[in-house]
Amino acid sequence: MTVDPQTRWLFGGVLALLCLATLIGRVLKKRLTGEASQKVVANLNARINAWWMMCAVFAFALLVGPIGTVVLFALTSFLALREFITLTPSKRGDHRALFWAFFIILPIQYFLVARQSYAWFSIFIPVYAFLFIPVRSAMAGDSERFLERTAKIQWGLMVCVYFVSYTPALLTLKIPGYTGNAKLLFFFATVVQMSDVLQYIWGKSCGKRPIAPHISPNKTVEGFVGGVGSAVLLGTLLWWATPFNPWQAAAMSLAITLMGFFGGLTMSAIKRDRGVKDYGQLLPGHGGMMDRIDSLCFAAPVFFHLVRTFFT
Amino acid sequence: MIGNAFALAARLFTGAQARWIGCAPEPRQRVFFANHTSNLDFVLLWAALPRTIRQKTRPVAAHDYWTKSRIRIALADKIFRAVLIERKRVTRGNNPLAPMLAALAHGESLIIFPEGGRSLTGELGAFKSGIFHLAKAQPATEFIPVFIDNLNRVLPKGEVLPIPIVCSVSFGAPMLLQPGEEKLAFLQRARDAVIALHAT
Repeated sequence: MTVDPQTRWLFGGVLALLCLATLIGRVLKKRLTGEASQKVVANLNARINAWWMMCAVFAFALLVGPIGTVVLFALTSFLALREFITLTPSKRGDHRALFWAFFIILPIQYFLVARQSYAWFSIFIPVYAFLFIPVRSAMAGDSERFLERTAKIQWGLMVCVYFVSYTPALLTLKIPGYTGNAKLLFFFATVVQMSDVLQYIWGKSCGKRPIAPHISPNKTVEGFVGGVGSAVLLGTLLWWATPFNPWQAAAMSLAITLMGFFGGLTMSAIKRDRGVKDYGQLLPGHGGMMDRIDSLCFAAPVFFHLVRTFFT
Repeated sequence: MIGNAFALAARLFTGAQARWIGCAPEPRQRVFFANHTSNLDFVLLWAALPRTIRQKTRPVAAHDYWTKSRIRIALADKIFRAVLIERKRVTRGNNPLAPMLAALAHGESLIIFPEGGRSLTGELGAFKSGIFHLAKAQPATEFIPVFIDNLNRVLPKGEVLPIPIVCSVSFGAPMLLQPGEEKLAFLQRARDAVIALHAT
């Protein structure tokens, strides 16, 4: 397998970052005493360990090629949808519709992405699945809270499956004068996830004014401004791996980080409504899969659309 | 081997997590009693136990259900090593307590569902008296309350195809029959112990 030098730099950069984070985690564990800060550091180290795992899986999928990436995101969608539906009260009448959502609609969506058929994967869930779900539930014969139940399943499919599938769909874009869409995907994933990480770091170190106290008490104005600013800077510095010039890379990074922030905020509102802190316990320190990809869900379709509109 | 594969599949599908709240997974003789909402209940409870304990733990199941087809007989006998008891035509000759006591005498642990049947609503039904008679016959055995959360959504009564929903299996503090404790008091205490796990 040949890996071009740019990809090698990107992977090397992530590896260096993970090593640095691990080192800092170790030092903080030694330095900080007191119960409260010990707890924060233990959570931080759990997060860093999970990052190693996630980066290894992601790198492996990218190296396997487009199919590996599609399968990885299909599994991600599956786990996210499972958490979303678990948190959403469903009735017995939804059982068959949910079976379709998990085992038929989800695989078809990723099959369409793998087939690179934009005409189909861009409308399959918003049109066909959207219409099918209420029909299937109506056939089950339970009309109690019908609109509410249907809407929740449709929402789950849109957020956890449709939006997430736009990430591997980046590989299908044909950008004139640019090859190696894996690097574009890498750029997107790095900016969206580092924006989360940087908002966390800025928030923990100098966050004071809560930005949405009723929805997400940990999000602060300082964390938002510092995190978005530094993530945009990082994205700009990665311009050489993308089809963008530095200014375009900055604008794209800003769009990704803002959408990511809105995604985190919206998915938090659902958690607050259901009275839970996390969507699950799948990823130690992070919570569930949905907690990790909430920002990606909102950023992926917008980033895809912007690139497709302006660069292909 | 096949049993372990079953257990792994059940855990992966439901993302089930064992929560040892009131006791630790120790290799000692126990009777696990749980709420019953789905045909998969005992599979998941069984799967949530560490392998060494699982090998010494047998689910108690309905004779009429598990002898209906060859596949069920093979599953009950070879994979889950179920203790099959009569629940429809109970006579002096097929006292359901006898096979359970025989298994316990062999040093094995049991999984029982004291409601006797699946609850449709997910609410915990009244306990039948079998668990009391078992406790009376085995006063030194620890009875562990277990709450299985969400499994009724994975496979509701009347459905054949399961859907993936995140489940959890919570193990409570061991309880013993108190000297002189009446039947109704014990059944109430046991039922309350399962309900209390729901809240945690």
